[in-house]
Amino acid sequence: MTPPVLLDIDGLRVSVGGRPVLRDVSLQVRSGEIAGLVGESGAGKTMAGRAVLGLLPDAARVLSGEIRFDGTDLLSLKARAREALLGRDIALIPQNPMTALNPVARIGTQIVDGLRMHLGLDRNGARARAVELLQAVHLPDPESLLRRFPHELSGGMRQRVLIASAFSCRPRLVIADEPTTALDVTVQKQCLRLIRELQRQHATAVLFVTHDLGVVAKLCDSVAVMHGGRILEFRSGDDIFRAPRHPYTRALLAATPRFDRPGDTLVPVSAEVLARLQEEVDVYDAAH
Amino acid sequence: MRVSPKLGFGLGVYLGLVLLAFGAHWIAPHDPLEQDLLNTFAPPAWRDGGTSTFWLGTDSLGRDILSRLIHGSRVAVTVALIAATCAGILGTVLGLCAGYFGGWVDTVVSRIVDVWMAFPPVLLSIVLAAVLGAGLHTVVIAIVVIDWTRFCRVVRAEVMVQKSRDYVTSALTIGLSPWRILTGEVVPNVVPLLITLFTLEMGIAIVVEAVLSFAGLSVANDDATWGSMIQEGRQFVRQAWWLMVAPMVCIVLSVLAANALGDGLRERFDPLLRRERP
Repeated sequence: MTPPVLLDIDGLRVSVGGRPVLRDVSLQVRSGEIAGLVGESGAGKTMAGRAVLGLLPDAARVLSGEIRFDGTDLLSLKARAREALLGRDIALIPQNPMTALNPVARIGTQIVDGLRMHLGLDRNGARARAVELLQAVHLPDPESLLRRFPHELSGGMRQRVLIASAFSCRPRLVIADEPTTALDVTVQKQCLRLIRELQRQHATAVLFVTHDLGVVAKLCDSVAVMHGGRILEFRSGDDIFRAPRHPYTRALLAATPRFDRPGDTLVPVSAEVLARLQEEVDVYDAAH
Repeated sequence: MRVSPKLGFGLGVYLGLVLLAFGAHWIAPHDPLEQDLLNTFAPPAWRDGGTSTFWLGTDSLGRDILSRLIHGSRVAVTVALIAATCAGILGTVLGLCAGYFGGWVDTVVSRIVDVWMAFPPVLLSIVLAAVLGAGLHTVVIAIVVIDWTRFCRVVRAEVMVQKSRDYVTSALTIGLSPWRILTGEVVPNVVPLLITLFTLEMGIAIVVEAVLSFAGLSVANDDATWGSMIQEGRQFVRQAWWLMVAPMVCIVLSVLAANALGDGLRERFDPLLRRERP
């Protein structure tokens, strides 16, 4: 039995300053599943994630489409209602742990704020919960960590703090916006394992935005491949890796190193494929 | 707790000034207005003909310079603290709103600041003094009216920088309201800047007060202020240079101390700078 759809992005079109950045993006994230959103830089994956959070830049306009979260249309939500939803039901693991924490606030305050607001905990309750959360992400000595400032922590530690804080109110959906891009490889692996672990534990749905196909292969139940603001292919993870349909997906896979086939030569995405993509985009833009 | 030399100097001078200002009546060796016509232009104690009765000598009417300096510090300290605080509050509030909310709020505030800064500040303060009449409150109002723009501009720019930082996005994604983000997240990041601005402003306020009292637009003439002492001393600079130099040294020292205090406090309390010195 497939779990119900939790997040449903339907025909989303967004332009920034008149230039289209999302062209009819549709994808679904099911409860408790991890959906990968892959694409190269500028493909629109971060923009799609931001649209869900209601954090599109000021210059962006939603032209059409809907984003439904458990039935509610996020795009038409009032500011108050969205504030109540964000952090509690939908959380973000940001891209760069080095800048995502307020440099002048102690770690404790930053985790406790969300807990007190969304879960209605008092100061002590929230603090106790924060300690539990930091333990859950395997950070040593959480008590003293709460009193530290972000600059006293390494990148990996900060990302763990951010992961802990994203999962702090037991959200139903976590948007992970390239959470491992800014980290080195060993720390990446730990963080991925951690996200996986917490996701299973809380049965959270995750929209995992990344450009790393290897990560997607390991982690995701379903995968959307994005290019030029369009979703080229959106299928279950196994299908996409075993039998990619879109030529761009095939080209991407051929360009990604694989541990199970170390002898393979890597082939860059050919100009032919890119030209065809551009053609498709032009046809699309002409039609809208 | 180690105190850096800068902070020590700044704090020392300002604590001293505040102490002198409050205790002027008890600390000053003479009444600042008491004339001693037999002892006019007495040189400082260490020069030929100086006496220990008048440590820094006397002016053209035989008034004790040291006592006048001490009493003058009352005006300087009052103006520095009150004017800098008021200008800071006004400018910061407007700057925060303009920087954070942008849009028409920013347009309105920025245009007002532009128009404001187009006025020559000295002229503006003289006009204000003429309209409001001389007095301490006039000096304070003049400084606030002129200098709130300084806070407003800098704070607005800094808030715009902070607003684009990822931690503000993070705060939005945990569902904090704009007001809470502004007061709880952005303002603490602006505080180090505010401390620096505030202390700089104290120095500026002391100078502006001196300028206004030099021009005779500050407190009533018979009250001693550093500016009016310079003005009086200017006429006798050839016979008794110390009349003019003594208050000038006071002004320079307090402005330097204001800057040192600002730097010292910022280094001490900014967690980002604190990292450099483990």
